[in-house]
Amino acid sequence: MKHIISALVENKPGVLAHVAGMFAARAFNIDSLVVGRTEDAGLSRMTIVVVGDDKVVEQVRKQLAKIVPVVKVQDFVGRPVVARDLMLIAISAPSEKRAEIFSLIEMFKGKVVDIGLKFVMVEISGPEEKIEAFINVCRPYGIKSVARTGTIAMPRQAKTEA
Amino acid sequence: MSSTSRSSATPADQSSLKTGAQIIVDALIEQGVETMFGYIGGVVLPLFDRLYDSPINFIVPRHEQGGCHMADGYARASGKVGVVVTTSGPGACNLVTGLANAMMDSVPLVALTGQVRTELIGNDAFQEADTTGITRPVTKYNCIVKDVNDLGHTIREAFHIASTGRPGPVLVDIPVDVEVAKCRADASADMKLPGYKVRTGGHSRQILTAAKEINKSQRPVLYVGGGVIAANASEQLRTLAEKAHLPVTMTLLALGSYDQNKDESLDMLGMHGSAYANYAVQECDLLIAVGARFDDRVTGKVKTFAPKSKIIHIDIDPSSISKNVHVDIPVVGDAKAILSELVKYVEYRERKNWFKKIADWKRKFPFRYDNNSSVIKPQYVIEELYRQQPGAIITTGVGQNQMWAAQFYKFSTPRRFISSGGLGTMGFGLPAAIGAQVAMPSETVIDIDGDHSFNMTMTELRTAVENELPIKVCILNNDYMGMVRQWQQLFYNKRYSKTHLSNPDYAVVAEALGAVGITVDKKQDVPGAIKKMLDTKKPCVVDFRVEPEENVWPMVPAGASLNEMDGLDILESMA
Repeated sequence: MKHIISALVENKPGVLAHVAGMFAARAFNIDSLVVGRTEDAGLSRMTIVVVGDDKVVEQVRKQLAKIVPVVKVQDFVGRPVVARDLMLIAISAPSEKRAEIFSLIEMFKGKVVDIGLKFVMVEISGPEEKIEAFINVCRPYGIKSVARTGTIAMPRQAKTEA
Repeated sequence: MSSTSRSSATPADQSSLKTGAQIIVDALIEQGVETMFGYIGGVVLPLFDRLYDSPINFIVPRHEQGGCHMADGYARASGKVGVVVTTSGPGACNLVTGLANAMMDSVPLVALTGQVRTELIGNDAFQEADTTGITRPVTKYNCIVKDVNDLGHTIREAFHIASTGRPGPVLVDIPVDVEVAKCRADASADMKLPGYKVRTGGHSRQILTAAKEINKSQRPVLYVGGGVIAANASEQLRTLAEKAHLPVTMTLLALGSYDQNKDESLDMLGMHGSAYANYAVQECDLLIAVGARFDDRVTGKVKTFAPKSKIIHIDIDPSSISKNVHVDIPVVGDAKAILSELVKYVEYRERKNWFKKIADWKRKFPFRYDNNSSVIKPQYVIEELYRQQPGAIITTGVGQNQMWAAQFYKFSTPRRFISSGGLGTMGFGLPAAIGAQVAMPSETVIDIDGDHSFNMTMTELRTAVENELPIKVCILNNDYMGMVRQWQQLFYNKRYSKTHLSNPDYAVVAEALGAVGITVDKKQDVPGAIKKMLDTKKPCVVDFRVEPEENVWPMVPAGASLNEMDGLDILESMA
C-alpha cells in the first residue's frame, strides 16, 4: 500500500543525507522524496512516498522520527489529503499534430511553457493519476523528455477550520 | 588566528573572547568530564594545546579504535558519557568500528574529531575525510560545526543526546579554524534541539494493562536487555521480579542486571543461552521484555519465538517495538520510571508448577563441561577465576571466550560484564578493560579474551602499562578463531578455512610491553597462575593453552527455533 509521509525537518546541512541514508541502510524503498522550504525558515518539509505493508511503513515512520533533526512525522494514510505532482514534459509535435495535442493539453489543464518547430513543452500538475494519464495519452506522439517533482501533500483543512 | 575565523565581538571586549578550543575544554569540564581518551594530530593541535593544562585526565591509546573502545568501556563501567577525541581523516576513520560498536549496544559516547580548515573542505585536502558522511549511520547524531558561535551549544547538545533516551554515540566534527576562532564566551548557551524529545514515564493505561496480564499469567518470563542497565533500573527490576514472583532471563548485555545466584535467575537466553531460559521462553504464556530488542541471536527463528505467549515490551525506543516480533502490549518510556510504576500494581503469585518445571530444566541442563581430560578446559579457567575472584569487572573478546565468560562467570550486580554484543567486535576486550579500569580504579578488571580477539588490539597493553592500570588478561588460547572454527566443524565438514593463525608467545609479548606475562599449559597450574595474576600489581597477561577444539553448548543453530538446541545430549552425558 502507498503511504504519503510528511516529515518536518530542521533546515540544516546533512539532514537529507541522513534521511536518505536511513532508507538505504534499512532497505526501505522510496517511491519519491520531495524537499522544500516551509513557512518557517528554520524548517523544511520532506514529503516521502513509500510503498509497503503496515509493519514496514510503521518502521519507516518510527525510524524517521528517531533522526535527531527530524521534528515531526505524519503518515497521511486514511486521511483526506490534497496530493499533487508537478511535471514538465516535452512532446514531439509536428505541425499536423499540434491541434490535437493542444486540445489534450487543454483537457488536462496543462500549460504550454516552451515551443519549437517539432516539440512542445508542457507544465502540468495534479494528482499522480492525472499525470500518469497525461503521459499515456502523449505517448503515441512521442515523448522526448519528462521531469517530475514527486508528490507533495497536505491534509484537507476544512475540519480544523470548523 | 586563522583568516576565516568569525568574531562576533567588537575589539573593545577582546578580553572576554574565548577561542573555540577553550570553549570545547570549558564545555567538557562543565559536562563533568574527568577522563577522556584520544590521539593527537595536525588539525587538533589547538585543542590539545588547551588540554595541556586542563584538569582532564587524558589517556592516549595506540590506535584510535582502541581509544574509542576505552571510552566505551569507561562509559559502561561508570554509567557516565565516554569521550574520545581524534584528528581528521585517518584518525576519524579509525573511530568507525568503535562508534558502530557503541551504537549497536546503546553506549553513551561523545567523539570529537578535528577537520581540515573550513575553506579546504571538499578539496581532498591532506588528511581530509567526510567524517560526518562516514559516521552518520554509526552514530545517534553527528554534525560539523562551522561557526565558533555554535560550538558551545553543540557540545552541550552532544552530551545531552548521547546520554538521554536510548543512549548512543554522538560525533562533533570541528574544523581547525573553528578551534582557533574567537567568540564571546556566553554567546552559545542554549541547546537548540526542536526534533529531539526524551521520553520519560510510560502510558499509565498501558502499565495497568501490563500489570493485569502479569497478575493473570501462569507461566511468565521476564526477558531483560541492556536497557535495564542503561536506565540504572536493576533495583526496580529486582523489586518487580520479587513482588510478582517472576523468573528472569537476561541477554548478554544485561548480565548482572539481576542476581544470577538467585533461583529465579534463568541466566542468559539465546543462541548460546541456557537450555532452561530457552525452554522457558518457548513455553511461557507471558513474556515481559524490558529494555531488550529481540535480536536475532536472542530469538532464533522469529516465527516460532515464544509461540504460546503474549508479549509486553517496555522500551524507550519506539522503533524497537514490533520491529522483529509482534508486541501485544507496548509501553514506551524509561525502564526505571515504568518499572517503579508497574511494581505498584503487580501481585504475588506462587506459580508452583511453572517454577517446578523451571527447576527441573535447571537441574537437567546446567551449563556443564567435561573436565576429566588432562588438557585445560577454557570453562575451567573461568570457573576457577570466578571461585578466586567473584565480583570482578569482566570484559571479553568476541566468540567462544565471550560465550563461556557469559555462561560460567556469575554476575550479581550491573556494570560488571562489559562485552561487545550487537556488533560483535573482536579486539574489544582489552581496550574496554582499560577504560573500565580508568573508571573504577579500585576494582579488579579482567579481560577474558580469545587469542584472535587479543591479537587485534594487543598493542593497547602498553597503554595500560604506561598509565599504571593493573588490568588482567586471561587469554583462552585455543590457537583458533574458535567460534568460527566451531561453525566450520558443525556446518562446513571440518574444513578449517583460515581459522588457524600462528600466534606469538603472549607472555613474551606482555613482558616486552612492560606487563607481566605468564604461560599456563598444565591443568594443575591453573589455580596458581590465577592467584599469581590476581596478586600482581601490574597489568598481567596469562596465556592459557586450552583444548583447541572445545565447543560452546548448547547452541541454537542459525535459523532454528530456540527450543531446537544442539548439544543437549552432550550436556546430559556429562551429568
